[in-house]
Amino acid sequence: MVTPGADGRFGEFGGRFVPETLIPACQELEVAFVDAWADPSFRKELDDVLHEYAGRPSNITECHNLSDQLGIRLILKREDLNHTGSHKINNVIGQTLLAKRMGKKRIVAETGAGQHGVASATAAALMGLECKVYMGAVDVARQELNVFRMKLLGSEVEAVTSGSQTLKDAVNEAMRDWVATVESTHYCLGSVMGPHPYPFMVRQFHRVIGDEAYVQCNDLLGTTPDFVVACVGGGSNAMGIFSGFVDSPARLIGVEPAGGAAVGRGQPGVVHGMKSYLMQDEHGQVAEAHSISAGLDYPGVGPEHSYLASIGRSEYPTVTDDEVISAFQVMSRAEGIIPALECAHAMAWIIREAPKMQGKTVLMNLSGRGDKDVGQMMNILGGV
Amino acid sequence: MSGRLETALRARIDAGGKCLVPYITGGYPGWVESIRACAANGADAVEIGIPFSDPVMDGPIIQQASQVSLDAGTTPISILHEVRTLDVGIPLAVMCYYNTVFHAGEKRFASDLAAAGISAAIVPDLPLEESGPWTAAADEAGIETVMLAAPTAPDERLPRITERARGFVYSVGLLGVTGERSSLAGTATALAARVKNVTTKPVLVGVGVSNAEQAVEASRVADGVIMGASVVRRMIEGGPDAVGAYIREVREALDTAQW
Ligand SMILES: Cc1ncc(COP(=O)(O)O)c(C=O)c1O
Repeated sequence: MVTPGADGRFGEFGGRFVPETLIPACQELEVAFVDAWADPSFRKELDDVLHEYAGRPSNITECHNLSDQLGIRLILKREDLNHTGSHKINNVIGQTLLAKRMGKKRIVAETGAGQHGVASATAAALMGLECKVYMGAVDVARQELNVFRMKLLGSEVEAVTSGSQTLKDAVNEAMRDWVATVESTHYCLGSVMGPHPYPFMVRQFHRVIGDEAYVQCNDLLGTTPDFVVACVGGGSNAMGIFSGFVDSPARLIGVEPAGGAAVGRGQPGVVHGMKSYLMQDEHGQVAEAHSISAGLDYPGVGPEHSYLASIGRSEYPTVTDDEVISAFQVMSRAEGIIPALECAHAMAWIIREAPKMQGKTVLMNLSGRGDKDVGQMMNILGGV
Repeated sequence: MSGRLETALRARIDAGGKCLVPYITGGYPGWVESIRACAANGADAVEIGIPFSDPVMDGPIIQQASQVSLDAGTTPISILHEVRTLDVGIPLAVMCYYNTVFHAGEKRFASDLAAAGISAAIVPDLPLEESGPWTAAADEAGIETVMLAAPTAPDERLPRITERARGFVYSVGLLGVTGERSSLAGTATALAARVKNVTTKPVLVGVGVSNAEQAVEASRVADGVIMGASVVRRMIEGGPDAVGAYIREVREALDTAQW
């Protein structure tokens, strides 16, 4: 695994492209994170909270029914069973403990599907921090349950009405807030993106997924799986599980939505503080992503994914919204597990590609549960 | 050797005056006439904003103007094309986000600016540590790269920023994004004083300088001001004539103040 140096680079990707006002804050955060990560008492506190509060370690589940249907051996890493229902809590617990250690009183966060916002609001309640979450107005409408959850947890939620009114614009607005409040506020960024040290730091907070899964797979299979599959929005759940397997022979598959394929359809660009693959027009204007899943509706991707793709270590295929709607139902009926729409993308790719993977073992990161998506799917499916 | 922008600002400063650099969003209806109005009413240079889809340093007014401009089909190329014929007799700078530069390619963008008669560039999301590839290309093409200094910068950082700055040093007036404020933040003059301490280059305060009175207040310490949101709002509400009248008002306030 790459540990970025002072320039924050993974190969040519990453860096720190932020307004001058934020440079000292990014430097301070980098120093604080490196210090905390090397401090056994911080690591113990983090492990304790992840265990006692968030419910780690998360199980793996072998899907016998789907395995029979698809002719593969399918294993799920159950991030859906964490407190707040997704992998996002791993990073948020880490960042809020760090924010407290740095003496910050307030956090801001962006959110797409609302999972990172809910996780942030949850951790803020636990740790006694003030919390404001920025969410695109389109996402506020399609994820209204999560908006209410955040408010119940005591956070302020602001609907962002600029640009495409989705995740990318929520990031812009959170950064604008941070530029104005940087002395008292920590920006709790929700994926492996943004300026250095975020891509590195968020990956370290999520690598517990891959580290656990590596041992769990070894216990179950006696070896590593043939494929490790995860959905990719900004790329945090994928980087988390990939971390355990980058140095193994497993093929690493990050599944992007067809309407938000940063690696698949983008070219190198700079937005939100990082150089990475980015969907953009011929003049360098950032394109609007379009996905059924609010959490993947993002035109960029974390820089470490761009790096892994550029050296051929990981692959980034796409699936369509229709394939995702189908996979969402297949998984629900076959296994009694309703997946989040985000990780239904990973399921959709596995279903499509299963004929080419006969007899192989496939580890899929089930990054979250589908409760938040049930209302949206009820509208799409007309009540089944 | 100073470039055209720094030379023009120095001429004003050496004559005992204060510099006034308005910001105009490129491609917004009436932008070319607004630049002419600035030049005719005492601006020392004009900063032309090249609209970007994700302007993280901008507040609501400039965001709105950028969006209108983008929706009307403005591109970096279309702006530079019009600038080429815009002979206003004062130096012009562009303000653009880094992806606009990176996407075109540093060298090509720098030579495109030079070919259009642009003197300088301000890239607010390109801090010192990342600026190498751009400043190399800009220096080569004779484009002056203005660097920003922020209130959060520790003392040891400021000389490194002013050292790399060409044209002038942009002293950020407050913690926050562009937009009008009812009073000048205390950080504006405090930072300008710290910056002036470490450089002989012109130091202009921008972000949050919202009217003639605040321009005078900031210029008590600084060599002048950049005015963005308050100018763009007048362009949106009253067009080029309103911009011209406003620039004249600020110019007169700066010229008649007792320093
Ligand atoms: C369950 C779930 N999975 C995945 C994602 C996408 O984020 P990332 O690519 O950072 O894992 C989200 C984001 O909201 C999510 O809620």
